Amino acid sequence: MPLLELQNVHTYYGGIHALKGLSIEVNEGEVVTLIGSNGAGKSTTLKTICGQTRAREGRIVFDGKDITQMRTHDVAAMGIAHVPEGRRIFPKLTVRENLEMGAFSVKDKQIIEEGIERAFRYFPRLKERIDQKGGTMSGGEQQMLAIARGLMMKPKILMLDEPSMGLAPILVEQIFDIVTELNREGMTILLVEQNANQALSVANRGYVIQTGEIILQDEAQNLLTNPQVREAYLA
Amino acid sequence: MLLNILPQVLVDGLTLGFMYAVVALGYTMVYGILEFINFAHGEIFMVGAFVGTEVLLISDSLGALEGMNPYVAFFLTLVIAMALTGGLGVLIERVAYRPLRGAPRLVPLISAIGVSFLLQDLVRFTEAIARNEFYLNTPALFSGSISLGIASIPTKGFIVIVLAIVMMIALTLFINKTKWGIAMRAVAQDQSTASLMTINVDKVIMLTFLIGSSLGGATGVLFSQNYGTIDPYIGFILGLKAFTAAVLGGIGNLRGAMVGGVLLGLLESLSGAYMGPLTNGAFGAEYKDVFAFSILILVLLFKPEGLFGEAVKEKV
Ligand SMILES: Nc1ncnc2c1ncn2[C@@H]1O[C@H](COP(=O)(O)OP(=O)(O)O)[C@@H](O)[C@H]1O
Ligand SMILES: [Mg+2]
Repeated sequence: MPLLELQNVHTYYGGIHALKGLSIEVNEGEVVTLIGSNGAGKSTTLKTICGQTRAREGRIVFDGKDITQMRTHDVAAMGIAHVPEGRRIFPKLTVRENLEMGAFSVKDKQIIEEGIERAFRYFPRLKERIDQKGGTMSGGEQQMLAIARGLMMKPKILMLDEPSMGLAPILVEQIFDIVTELNREGMTILLVEQNANQALSVANRGYVIQTGEIILQDEAQNLLTNPQVREAYLA
Repeated sequence: MLLNILPQVLVDGLTLGFMYAVVALGYTMVYGILEFINFAHGEIFMVGAFVGTEVLLISDSLGALEGMNPYVAFFLTLVIAMALTGGLGVLIERVAYRPLRGAPRLVPLISAIGVSFLLQDLVRFTEAIARNEFYLNTPALFSGSISLGIASIPTKGFIVIVLAIVMMIALTLFINKTKWGIAMRAVAQDQSTASLMTINVDKVIMLTFLIGSSLGGATGVLFSQNYGTIDPYIGFILGLKAFTAAVLGGIGNLRGAMVGGVLLGLLESLSGAYMGPLTNGAFGAEYKDVFAFSILILVLLFKPEGLFGEAVKEKV
C-alpha cells in the first residue's frame, strides 16, 4: 500500500478547474517528483493534499487514512511536512523560533533540541543565524530554513514545492544534495519542480502534470530520456 | 503653584494611562492577528467593571467581606472578573466574528459595533431589573495613600499601576517566550503557513480573545476601584481612548500600545491641569480631550504608522 495516494482528485478555484482527476502514488522511502510548467497545478496538488484547497471530488489517502476532508493542521499532524512555494518562513520570528514552530506538535523539549541540532548539521549556515530574524536572511538561507523547519516535526513525508526557485546554481545543487541525503536516511519525499532535469536526476519516479492532468508517469530515468519530456521540459 | 501640583498630575496621568495601556493591548492583539478592530473591546472592559462591582456588592451583602483581607478580596474579584470577561470575549469571537471571517472588512466591524450596543443594553437592563438603577457605586477596598515625598499616591491608584505593569510583563513574557505565544506571532504573520506547522489557527485566535478580554476585564475592576462609580457607558469613551492609544503606538504592536496608553494618559492629565491656568482660563480642563487628540493627529500626520509601527506592513 502506498504511503500517500491521490485517487481521481478534482480541485477548483471558483470556476477554474485546476486539478482534473489527478491520481498519484508515493511509496515509503521513495523520492517522487511532480514536474510541469508554470500554472500546471503543481502547487494546487500539494495544497489539496494539505487541505488548504479542497478536493471537490476524489480521495486522498495517507498512511491508510482518508484525509480528504481533514483540516490543514490535522493533516500536518499526521506527519506531512509541506515546505510551501516561496519558502514562507515567518519573517519576524528568529531562526530558532521558526524551527520551534516547525516542531509545534512535538511535546518533548529534548526531541526539539535534538531536531535543532540535526538541522544545524544539514545546514551549518543556520547555526550562525540562530538569533537573526528570518526575514533578514538571503533567499538561499531562507530556503534552508524552510526545509529545516519542515523536518522539525519528524514527518513521514516531506513535500517540497519548487525549492530551487530563484536560487543561484550552486545553492540549487546544495538543495538537491540535501534531498538525496535525506532520502538515503529513509525520508519519503514528494518533490514539485519546474527544474525537471535536476528533479528527475534525484527522483526514483516522476509524474508530468499539464493543465491539471497527469500526462506521463514513469521511472525518473525513463522520463529523462523521453523525447516528449526532453522537448517540453528539458529544452 | 503650577509646579506644586505637578507630581499629583503625573500620578493621576500615570494611573489613567496604565489603564489605557492594558485595554489598548486587547485592541492591538486582535488587530495584529485578524486586522480587525474589535470595537466591542471597550464593552468587555465595562462588563469587567460590573462583574467586579457585583462580586463585591453581593459578597458585602452576604457579610463575606467582613474581616476579609482587602487584598485577598481584590484578588478573588479580579480572578472572577477575568474568567468571565475572558469567556465572554471567546464567546463573542465564536458567535459574532468567526462566521464573518471571509467577509469584506466592514462586515465584522459592524458586527462588533452591534455587540457593543448589545452589551451596553444587556448590562443596563440587568442592573435596572436587579437593582433599579444602573449607576453603581463600587465598594472601596483600599483607603489611605502612600506618600512618595513630593506626591502622595492613593493606595488604589498605586495598585492600578502595579497590577497594570504586572499584566504587561506577564503578557510580554508569554508572547515572547512560550510556545503558544510564539505561535500567536506566527499566526499574525502568516496564517496558512502556521497551519502547516500543525498550529490550529482557530485555537490561537480564541486564545488571543481570551487573553485580550481578560486583561480588559481586569482593567474594568481596576477602574471601578479607582473611580468608585460605574455605568454601562464607561466602555465607550475609555475604549475609544485605548484604541487611540493603540493607534498612537502603532496598531498591532504590543510595545506601542503600552507606550501609547501611558503617553495618552499623561497628556490628558497634564492638559487638564495646566491648560486653564496657562491660557488664563480661555481653555479649561474640559478641553483636555481636544488637546490630547490634537497631539495624536499631529503624530499621525508626521508618522502615520504610529510611534512603534512599521512603515510598511509586512504581509507575506
Ligand atoms: N488562489 C487561486 N485562485 C484562483 N486561481 C488559482 C489560484 N491559485 C492557482 N490558481 C490557478 O490554478 C492553476 C494551477 O496553479 P498552481 O497550482 O499554482 O500551478 P503551479 O504550481 O504548477 O505553477 C493556474 O491556472 C492558476 O492560475
Ligand atoms: Mg507553484
